[in-house]
Amino acid sequence: MNIALHNDTQVALSNYVLQLADTNLILAQRICEWCGHGPVLEQDIALSNIGLDLLGQTRSLYQYAAELLDEDKSEDDLAYLRSERQFKNLLLVEQPNGDFGYTIVRQFLYETFQQLLLTELKKSSNTQLAAIAEKSLIETNYHYKWSAEWVIRLGDGTEESKSRIQKSINEIWTYSGEMFIPCAAEQLLASISIIPDVAALKEAWMRKVKTVLDEATLTMPENMYMQQGGKTGVHTEHLGYILAEMQYLQRQYPRQQW
Amino acid sequence: MSPQINLEEQFQAKIDAEIKIEPKDWMPDAYRKTLIRQISQHAHSEIVGMLPEGNWLTRAPSLKRKATLLAKVQDEAGHGLYLYSAVETLGISRLQTIEDLLSGKAKYSSIFNYPTLTWADMGAIGWLVDGAAIMNQVPLCRTSYGPYARAMVRVCKEESFHQRQGYEIMMTLMNGSAEQKEMAQDAMNRWWWPAIMMFGPTDSESSNTEQSVKWKIKRHTNDELRQKFIDATVPQAEYIGLTIPDKDLKWNEAKGAYDFGAINWDEFWNVVKGNGPCNKQRLEARQNAHNNGAWVREAASAYAEKRAKRSVTAEVA
Ligand SMILES: [Fe+2]
Ligand SMILES: [Fe+2]
Ligand SMILES: [Fe+2]
Repeated sequence: MNIALHNDTQVALSNYVLQLADTNLILAQRICEWCGHGPVLEQDIALSNIGLDLLGQTRSLYQYAAELLDEDKSEDDLAYLRSERQFKNLLLVEQPNGDFGYTIVRQFLYETFQQLLLTELKKSSNTQLAAIAEKSLIETNYHYKWSAEWVIRLGDGTEESKSRIQKSINEIWTYSGEMFIPCAAEQLLASISIIPDVAALKEAWMRKVKTVLDEATLTMPENMYMQQGGKTGVHTEHLGYILAEMQYLQRQYPRQQW
Repeated sequence: MSPQINLEEQFQAKIDAEIKIEPKDWMPDAYRKTLIRQISQHAHSEIVGMLPEGNWLTRAPSLKRKATLLAKVQDEAGHGLYLYSAVETLGISRLQTIEDLLSGKAKYSSIFNYPTLTWADMGAIGWLVDGAAIMNQVPLCRTSYGPYARAMVRVCKEESFHQRQGYEIMMTLMNGSAEQKEMAQDAMNRWWWPAIMMFGPTDSESSNTEQSVKWKIKRHTNDELRQKFIDATVPQAEYIGLTIPDKDLKWNEAKGAYDFGAINWDEFWNVVKGNGPCNKQRLEARQNAHNNGAWVREAASAYAEKRAKRSVTAEVA
């Protein structure tokens, strides 16, 4: 990106806001795949609700990122005209939906983190970030509750549901560590107290997740190797396909109004 | 006079006096059956109708369009829910109603057996398909069965919102590039005839109309509604520069309405019978959702049962 950003802080801030926006967008995109295919009508609607909240958060974040980037870009330019290596979303959210239980675990691990993060972010000295965090937290609290309840229901449901969701937890766990490994932007912003130190959120996250898994009679994986790379644009092979599908109209018919 | 005849007379008198029939009221068996068939078909149409538009959620060309489309498809799920509840007031469980869809016994609107091939189809569906649905459904807000009428009031408000959004998509495309205009006209060409077939067979071929009108389940015939829809839609198409794909369409001054060309009823009956381009895919998608979700529904009820037991045990202790 050939733009004159004012200083390191602003570069870090725009990168960070993009990271938050990209993560919400890719998760919303995955959730869109569920629409019309959910296990029961009420949960189809609940998933769409979450997808809509995430899209709303995405748009506020891209709009703010566009301001920071100061190069006359729109929210849609940021979503539709950046490529695989520019997307900074967590690897966790680009993982395919799997069965309903896999989707639930992915959501639960993410929302538990979001709840802790946004609780801190809403106290940020950056008022725009604080305002977005405060509004998003209300939605996140609901997403957290919904997904935690489903973890418990599926864990403590039938033999089949227990073994399915335990398998999903074991498979997805390797993507949960990245949230707590700060990238350069996060390190810089944390050092000047604009954002919390994500590494410091890990303990509370483990505790919250453990409490829910215990109630669900499920086991928390231990000492697993953690994948990372999303924050620096090194993704799993899934992201390329997500973007190819999502961006195709904007790529095929550039600079049109829709 | 037998008591049965007396009940039927009282029932018809209530209908004639515009008094709503409620779930606990006596009603003729045929009235109940007609309602179950009609409301469940309507519910299934809402649910199957999520699929063609759901097909474009991941490809919507802007974040705003993506969110609006997701909200729209979600509304349709909500409509399905109200309508399944209305069927339940007639003594048929949601599960039973859904099983009739999945086994192929129950029907849904044939329009959803056509494929959504381009983004412009999202405009055409919102504008034409939701538009035709509104024509059908506004009179149903006054239908004689209370729970159905009340469900339709909520549904119609959202449907008119959907129609405006669809028209707005078409308008945006018609204000756009040559390729976008072509996309919009192509969608118009593909959706126009299926949309006007949504009103069902012509009155002389429609087996259910007469009795349904007497019971005030229906208030207008298929042909009346189709004519109203065409008369309302043609000027909207002209306003944004779209051509209606019917060379026989022309304003009839004497009639105060449009004349239009012959409908291809062969195609209509073929799609009804299962030979539409997507009948198989739509039903399979619903069957898969249902079957793949079975373990989730079982887990939820097993968990609810365990909890109920635990709270009883806790009370005893
Ligand atoms: Fe609807
Ligand atoms: Fe409808
Ligand atoms: Fe609709």
